Amino acid sequence: MLMQALRNDRGGQVLIGVLLVLMIAVPLLNQLPPGHALHVPTYTVTLMGKYLTLALLAVAVDLVWGYLGILTLGHAAFFALGGYAMGMYLMRQIGDRGVYGNPLLPDFMVFLNWDELPWFWYGFDEFWFAALMVLLIPGLLAFVFGALAFRSRVSGVYLSIITQALTYALMLAFYRNEMGFGGNNGLTDFKDILGFDLQADSTRLGLFIASALALLLGYLLCRYLMAGRLGRVCVAVRDAESRARFLGYRVENVKLGVFTVSAMLAGVAGALYVPQVGIINPNEFSPLNSIEVVVWVAVGGRATLYGAVVGALVINYAKTYFTAELPEIWLFALGGLFVVVTLLLPRGITGLLRRREASA
Amino acid sequence: MTVASVFEQILDRDHVYPFMQRARPHDIDVSHQVLLYLEGISVSFDGFKAINDLNLYINDGELRCIIGPNGAGKTTMMDIITGKTRPDTGSAWFGQTINLLDMDEPAIAQAGIGRKFQKPTVFEFLSVAENLELAMEDDRTLWTILSSRLSGEQRDHLDQVLEMIGLADQRLLHAGSLSHGQKQWLEIGMLMMQRPRLLLVDEPVAGMTHQEMDRTAELLTSLAGQHSVVVVEHDMDFVRNLAAGGRTVTVLHQGSVLAEGTMDEVQNNQKVVEVYLGE
Repeated sequence: MLMQALRNDRGGQVLIGVLLVLMIAVPLLNQLPPGHALHVPTYTVTLMGKYLTLALLAVAVDLVWGYLGILTLGHAAFFALGGYAMGMYLMRQIGDRGVYGNPLLPDFMVFLNWDELPWFWYGFDEFWFAALMVLLIPGLLAFVFGALAFRSRVSGVYLSIITQALTYALMLAFYRNEMGFGGNNGLTDFKDILGFDLQADSTRLGLFIASALALLLGYLLCRYLMAGRLGRVCVAVRDAESRARFLGYRVENVKLGVFTVSAMLAGVAGALYVPQVGIINPNEFSPLNSIEVVVWVAVGGRATLYGAVVGALVINYAKTYFTAELPEIWLFALGGLFVVVTLLLPRGITGLLRRREASA
Repeated sequence: MTVASVFEQILDRDHVYPFMQRARPHDIDVSHQVLLYLEGISVSFDGFKAINDLNLYINDGELRCIIGPNGAGKTTMMDIITGKTRPDTGSAWFGQTINLLDMDEPAIAQAGIGRKFQKPTVFEFLSVAENLELAMEDDRTLWTILSSRLSGEQRDHLDQVLEMIGLADQRLLHAGSLSHGQKQWLEIGMLMMQRPRLLLVDEPVAGMTHQEMDRTAELLTSLAGQHSVVVVEHDMDFVRNLAAGGRTVTVLHQGSVLAEGTMDEVQNNQKVVEVYLGE
């Protein structure tokens, strides 16, 4: 069924092709000598890896917003939780190489005069446990939150507002030192992952490839889910929720299932993001981040999945460029872009391309 | 229940627990020929009595027309039957055994009550065939939604319904691009896909041309017999057409039944004339 879905999915074919080419070409071009015209510096590799994880987050948001009509303004919370789970693993890998050289406790706990590891840090020495938590913690939170919200039929603007409240509450909680997640400094100063030095070029290439692969698999999963009857039920719920109920569909279960899968994807994106940027702190929970993701999806084109990838890459590239060259312009450019897209391109950048293709 | 009998139950491989049974259309007990019982139902919204001690019985396989002036409580009655609104008092039974007041909208829909709305609500971004597929009688758990594909029999049923509603040539078209009348038929087609025991049809011919109306009347009459059909309608010509042959017509007024009988009886009823024409 997936193959059949991909056959009708031009944008998806292009995306998969580009990702496969990147996974092979970027490591090769990185090997060229630094003076060479085609040399891709490691800094750029990591930057691209970071963009790819953000694109995966955008795909996760498109799954719930584009197909199911849930305007989530809190998905960065799931992204950050996945990031924190990975960050905790990376903290445990530091061992006694911290500033205080304590073999048992991370630096910030030594600084707070704690004498033993809190219970919720147990198990994060092991990669498999951390990887499991990357999926389980965001998934569980989304499940509980979704069960409460969707059962009581909260939808529309009200749901958007409580997703904002969710991520804001988490941000405030993670800012507190007593929480045991490093307070406002967050988790940083990572040394290695699975025994590989995080500063080494080869590790950075590995993380880049892992990010591209995660985006590829995440895209395929979402495409698979939305290609069958579930996708049509989602669209039905998005466009006429009560009608879907009168057809006998348990709307809340559909929403809950898709929302949970989406949160888990966001968690994976966060877990791959953290080792590449080298830090995770409570700012990642800030409500503004979640809103920005929605802007990426809107700019790229809703309910296409590949549009979310395009939007995330275009805007983040623009962000990197503008904040370096014209820092005072960036926020105006972002706001202006959102207005222009909403007014002139309701189906986003990819909608424009599709229209051109259809008329050709 | 004693401990021993519980053990016996667990060990018995063929034991059927209540949770294993689903209320299926063919499980509905209509041994008294009555499919739907509404008894003593009242609802008020902010002090306004939308339904006032309503009693209504629909027989198995009958086609019933319900008429009444604006605000008579026709749509509220449908909301109660389909679980959208909870009545303040009264009881609603589907067959002898299914208590509708204990169930929510999806459960009632799965038990075999289909509803067509006043304003045609089809899923505009899906094709005609996909609309029908969504409505098809099938298991509705998340897992089956994810993994199911159309069986040969289901495909035949779909083609048959497309033929009946006259949209076979439009099957791949987006439902949003259909004309108003075609959307109404598509919605009726969706009801047929559900294979409900009871169809509630709210103003099916609003905004239709005369030819379309005749076609709709034919469709609905052909459905009666295997399904019970309840039609709420304002258009008197259409109701006269449907109720021809001595079918029962119910007149609602201020939330309760004012008169019931054949079209001729109802039209000559003094109270009905008063309500419709004023004193």
